[in-house]
Amino acid sequence: MSKMTLRTEGDRFVVVTRRFAAPPKAVYRAQTEPKLIQKWLLGPDGWRMRVCICEARPGGRLHYEWENNKGGSFSITGEFIELVPFSRIVHVERMHLPETTPDNHVETRFDADGAGSLLTLRMTLPDAKARAAMLSTNLEHGMEASYVRLETLNTGGEQS
Amino acid sequence: MPNLDAAFSALADPTRRAILARLALGEATVMEIAAPFEMTQPAVSRHLKVLEGAGLIARRIEGTKRPCRLDTEAIEEIDRWLGMLRQALAQNYDRLDGVLAGIEPRKRKGKR
Repeated sequence: MSKMTLRTEGDRFVVVTRRFAAPPKAVYRAQTEPKLIQKWLLGPDGWRMRVCICEARPGGRLHYEWENNKGGSFSITGEFIELVPFSRIVHVERMHLPETTPDNHVETRFDADGAGSLLTLRMTLPDAKARAAMLSTNLEHGMEASYVRLETLNTGGEQS
Repeated sequence: MPNLDAAFSALADPTRRAILARLALGEATVMEIAAPFEMTQPAVSRHLKVLEGAGLIARRIEGTKRPCRLDTEAIEEIDRWLGMLRQALAQNYDRLDGVLAGIEPRKRKGKR
C-alpha cells in the first residue's frame, strides 16, 4: 500500500502526503485533540505520552512529553501560529532532549479527497548534521520511530 | 561513512543535481557532462570537485581522461535516511487510521 509519499523540496523542505479514509475534519481533530493525539503520536512501542497539552488556537501552546519503561523521556514544546479549522495548521516547535533544539516551523494541510482526505505536511529539512544524528539515533532504536522521531529531526535542524 | 552534511549541501545546487541526473545514465567525461550546460569546463570541474568531495561521485583515470560516475554508496545512504523517515511516519499514520476509524461524530460539541 502506498498511501504516503515523502519527498524533499529543494534542499530546505520535506513534504509528506498521506491519504486517510476519514474526512479532513476527523484528521484535523486527531491532530489537535489531546485525547486523540495520545492514541497515535506515540513513537516506538513502549513509549507513552505522559503530557499532552495542545491549545489549538493562535498563540496557544503545545507541550508533548514522552517516556518509556527504561527511564527515557523527551519532550516537544511549541506554539500555534495559525489555525484554519479542519484545513490548515501552522505551528512552531522545538525539541528538548534535554538540550533544546532551534525552533522549527511546520505547516500541516488537510484537504478533502473524495470521501476521505489528503494530509500534507511541510516541514523544514534539518541540516545534515542533525539528520546524521537522527539516522544514528534511529538505527540504535531499531528504526521503529515515528512522527515523534520526525519531530526530533525536524527541530534539530539549525544546530551549527 | 560519507559526510551527509557535504552531500546535502552539494545537492543544494541545481546544476550539481543535473550533473547527477546525467551520471545516473552512466559514466561520463567532463566534456560530455559540460555539453548540455552553458558553462565552461573549468566551471563544471569545480562542481564535480564538490560532488566528489561530498562522496556523491567517484572518478577514475583513463589515459588523460577522468570519467565520473555516481558513487552509489553515498546516494544509498541518503536514500536510507529518507527511507527511515518514511517508515517512521508510515507507522504513526497507520496507527492514526485506527484512531480515525474510532472517532464518533457525537463527540463533536455541537459546533458545525
